[in-house]
Amino acid sequence: MKSRTAQRIAFAVLLAVSCVVFLPVVSIFVILVKEGGGALTPEFLFTMPSEGMRSGGILPAIIGTLLIVVCAIAVTLPVGVLAAIYLNEYAKDNLLTRVIRLAIVNLAGVPSVVFGLFGLALFVMMLNLGVSVIAGALTLSIMELPSIITTSRNALSSVPASFREVSLSLGVSRWRTIRHVVLPNAVPGILTGAILSLARIAGETAPILFTAAAFYVTRLPHSLSDQVMALPYHLYIISTQIPNMPSKLTYGTALTLVLLVFLMSLAAIILRIIFRRRKKW
Amino acid sequence: MKKITAAGLNLHYGTFHALIDVSLGIEPNKITAMIGPSGCGKSTLLRVFNRMNDAIEGVRVAGNVELDGENILAYRDDEAIDILRRKVGMVFQRPNPFPLSVFENVAFGMRIHKLARGRELEDRVAESLKAVLLWDALKDKLKRSALSLTLEQRQRLCIARLIAVTPDVILLDEPCSSLDPVATLKIEELMLELKKRYTIIIVTHNMAQAARVSDETGFMLLGRLVEFGETSRIFTAPQAKETEEYITGRYG
Repeated sequence: MKSRTAQRIAFAVLLAVSCVVFLPVVSIFVILVKEGGGALTPEFLFTMPSEGMRSGGILPAIIGTLLIVVCAIAVTLPVGVLAAIYLNEYAKDNLLTRVIRLAIVNLAGVPSVVFGLFGLALFVMMLNLGVSVIAGALTLSIMELPSIITTSRNALSSVPASFREVSLSLGVSRWRTIRHVVLPNAVPGILTGAILSLARIAGETAPILFTAAAFYVTRLPHSLSDQVMALPYHLYIISTQIPNMPSKLTYGTALTLVLLVFLMSLAAIILRIIFRRRKKW
Repeated sequence: MKKITAAGLNLHYGTFHALIDVSLGIEPNKITAMIGPSGCGKSTLLRVFNRMNDAIEGVRVAGNVELDGENILAYRDDEAIDILRRKVGMVFQRPNPFPLSVFENVAFGMRIHKLARGRELEDRVAESLKAVLLWDALKDKLKRSALSLTLEQRQRLCIARLIAVTPDVILLDEPCSSLDPVATLKIEELMLELKKRYTIIIVTHNMAQAARVSDETGFMLLGRLVEFGETSRIFTAPQAKETEEYITGRYG
């Protein structure tokens, strides 16, 4: 076989494999829009469920998810960024930092349902927070910590070393160099990572299963110690626990969740484009 | 009185002996050039003077280096080193302005060290830009990104950013190596202007540059300071054989 023919075949195979990645995304969207697109009315998005959730809207689940996710990121972002600053800017390569790095890698490998049980044991029971927004948010924040630390570290280490060098050579202390030179230039990367984390944890079910999510709540949450409905858990319930559920609503809920996640990712992408245009080194 | 003196200076990177028994004296308000082949330790020596080697893991320095009679190698706490670096500023090989406006680049150090604000800050930015002969070209473009400037302008801007924090000594680490010959000459003119107010030490690969701008020259080889003296003498009547071989272009 001629090498050019071999090359063509190889490229064709590679292209086909790449398309396989693309296909599920498209088919999920097509199916969801086809089956649930009709359900997406303002009434569906902005009212409470009625008739045992078989009609009405999913407002409490949307609000619950947003609330949990925002609280989780509010906890995990500062902790993760500070840890990343330490690991990237200060830490020397010694036993302690190696242990920390190992812990981060392992934390990332823990199955999410284990986080759920951990959150139940620690936050709900031991710290007596009860099944609540705050317990669920804390559980998710621990789960998301490795990814926040990793993306923040990447953002920090992508700031050119020459910036640090110049700043130090001007007699600026290390902390102020980080604060005034490194961090401002790393913010875009950190923010993008944070939004992507936001999008990912919005769809998590297992960690909030025992820590935050409620089967059905008649009113919107009033405080962070309230139990809330959440989109992924709500989706699980209406597709498995409720008989005679109109499938339009099930698909509509799924579509809402996917759109929410998609919008967050889109925001991250737009942010990245804006920042990338501004930076020119 | 010498501005900087080094005596019995030894520096190790791990097991590598990068500076061997270096002793020299730097005259105030003169330009001292350090020449020598790559890896001879001239940049390392430069970075001893503002303790920039401290950031590198595994560096050990021994000996005595005095600035205005004070041993700077004895400084232990970070604050003393920060103060030293404000006195002994550095310009790097590649022009490295921050991705900020021209104004903010020059104002950077003054803002962080709280040296000036408001009107005074503006005046001092203007003064610094005048000192590096950039003011006329940039006075209407202060809000432009520093990254839109030419390489030569960027290097000037970096010098302006440095002199804005009022150093005594300016270390130049091959400041012209990424510039074209015309820009190089202009930076050299600037150096001659600056030496009236600052003590300048320049590391350079370019022997012609050392001969043109410096008052004194040191030739380094494999971590040793082989010869040090008046530039005119070094280039016309070198005493060491290695110096002669290097400046006549037999190696390096």
